[in-house]
Amino acid sequence: MQNATEINRVKGKPGLLAGLAALGPTYGALIALVLLVLLNVIFTPNFAAWTNFWNILLQVAPTMLVAVGMTFVIATGGIDLSVGSVMAIASALAATNLDRGVGVAILLALAVALCVGAFNGALITGFRIQPIIVTLALLIAGRGIAQVISNGGQLIPFSNPTFEYLGKGYAGPMPFQVLVMILVVAAAIFIMRMTSFGRYVVAVGGNEAAARLAGIRIHRTKIMVYALSGLLAGLAGLIETARLGASDAAKVGLYIELDAIAAVVVGGTPLTGGRATVAGTLIGALIMQVIATSFNMLLIPFSWSLVLKAAIILIAVYIQRPKVA
Amino acid sequence: MSQATTTIDDAGSTRGRVFRAKAASFIQRQGALVALVIVCVFAAMRYEDFITERNLLNVLRQNSMLGLVALGMTFVILTGGIDLSVGSLLAVAGVIAANLAGRGMLLAVVAAVAFTTVLGLINGVVIAKARIQPFIVTLAMMIAARGLALAATGEESVRVDRLSETFTWLGQGKLGPIPIPVIVLLIAYALGWVVLNHTRFGRHVYSLGDNEEAARLMGLNVGRVTLGVYALSGALAGLAGVILASRLGAGQPVAGTGWELDAIAAVVVGGTLLTGGQGGVGSTLVGVLLLGVIFNIFNLEGTISSWWQWVLRGIFLLVVVVIQNRLSSRK
Repeated sequence: MQNATEINRVKGKPGLLAGLAALGPTYGALIALVLLVLLNVIFTPNFAAWTNFWNILLQVAPTMLVAVGMTFVIATGGIDLSVGSVMAIASALAATNLDRGVGVAILLALAVALCVGAFNGALITGFRIQPIIVTLALLIAGRGIAQVISNGGQLIPFSNPTFEYLGKGYAGPMPFQVLVMILVVAAAIFIMRMTSFGRYVVAVGGNEAAARLAGIRIHRTKIMVYALSGLLAGLAGLIETARLGASDAAKVGLYIELDAIAAVVVGGTPLTGGRATVAGTLIGALIMQVIATSFNMLLIPFSWSLVLKAAIILIAVYIQRPKVA
Repeated sequence: MSQATTTIDDAGSTRGRVFRAKAASFIQRQGALVALVIVCVFAAMRYEDFITERNLLNVLRQNSMLGLVALGMTFVILTGGIDLSVGSLLAVAGVIAANLAGRGMLLAVVAAVAFTTVLGLINGVVIAKARIQPFIVTLAMMIAARGLALAATGEESVRVDRLSETFTWLGQGKLGPIPIPVIVLLIAYALGWVVLNHTRFGRHVYSLGDNEEAARLMGLNVGRVTLGVYALSGALAGLAGVILASRLGAGQPVAGTGWELDAIAAVVVGGTLLTGGQGGVGSTLVGVLLLGVIFNIFNLEGTISSWWQWVLRGIFLLVVVVIQNRLSSRK
């Protein structure tokens, strides 16, 4: 199998794209991001302003939190489609339990989100069902559960300054959710690079059989990865809810799984697993957000930004195809 | 001597393995059918309205469009691929057909289906030539085609010309008692069954999904089969979009959102494996009907709120897949 692929690859002539690829997957995405920002600074009025800088980071934060979890999941060769529904569950739980205290509401929401993720992982490893099917089922059921929790999918408004600080507060000039995102990204990079858990995640995705023979506990690693994804989705759900000042279980996190997967893939983590870059995911998410924001500022219809997004996903993945040395 | 014994042993175990695999896939396919029969019997006993011509035809008609999408998805999944773009292609076709409906049904249908077939072909070309995973390619097409549909319509739905009666007939008309969409569905599945089981293309689809490298080494034109299945998926999604536009009397750029997941669910519930190589057209029809009848039961029951329906559908999908998995991995 490897041989035939190699033969096919060797035929291709090295071109400009291959030259870029030699820089490594993430650098390609980084160059694209820098180009996008430079073009916008020159051509988009008011793009180079502090308010816009914070605004872009603020808008990317929930997607990025989900995408960090997704990076870990994809690194094991899996996928998590249920993140949007988990966001909705966390949102509904927090909003309906705020009267018991902010701490209780947040902890309850995060704990349940973590459990839903762990449940995903347990089904995937326990029954050996493909991740896409298990998390698809949870995507369908989870959105329903969120609406059941919120008394039949009602919009639940609330007024709770402490909780709303999560989505509306500022730490100095920095929106609080941006601070949360930066902390999570830093922690994720540390875990991926410096801890044995990070090594296990990549090893499981690279070659599961070899990882098992090397003594890695596959089941535990996978369950933890999906639990982490659930937890971060829950956190993203809380932030979105706090920013809105209301819980809308029917809408929170809808289709965010696709944005997160796109960010991960554009950032240079292959869907096949075995390799992961959290920093790349951040760059991927920023590329998507810069496109969306600049199209918005240039008053180009939202629909065209979708076409550009799609093109960027394809080009990024094409450049990053694994090369034979 | 010892060599001979090993060969015989090998042959025996191979035969055993083949038999087991066949038995497992048989049980899988029958499993969904058995479930469908049980669910139908349950429904017939509980609701007197269930076994009526009107209700049954209604179930078929409501699921005809998803059925078409799932048929194309079956071919794609049998090769070991996946097509996330079907929902967006459905919307694109609906918008085109609604725009052209005034100039006659045939032109509208042909133009819409031809366009989505080309988009499906593009999926196939990128997957086969650039060797990017189907999941990513069709995810990109899903986003781009939705963008095209929204951009072309200015994010508003396109009314079908009121004078184009032949076009509305396609979605709303009947032949005798049978709605046209149901006839289209049955013809499509019959053709799909013939293509998959009695043509060279069909055999190639199975062998590609079974073992791509082996298929390649045997001289099978993998690229052409890949192009074929994604083009077919695009065409069928387009046809579904045209019928939907005709039914609604409008082409909506937001139509078909999330249908790719419903179609995948139907294919998997029917018993086709996502890894490719195993399953078939009949299984998918059973899967579509099973999910359709369950939805119908929710409606007949009348007291299950839509959010509980979502919960039950998710659980049902999980249970079916877990059972199938148990059956197929049984030693």
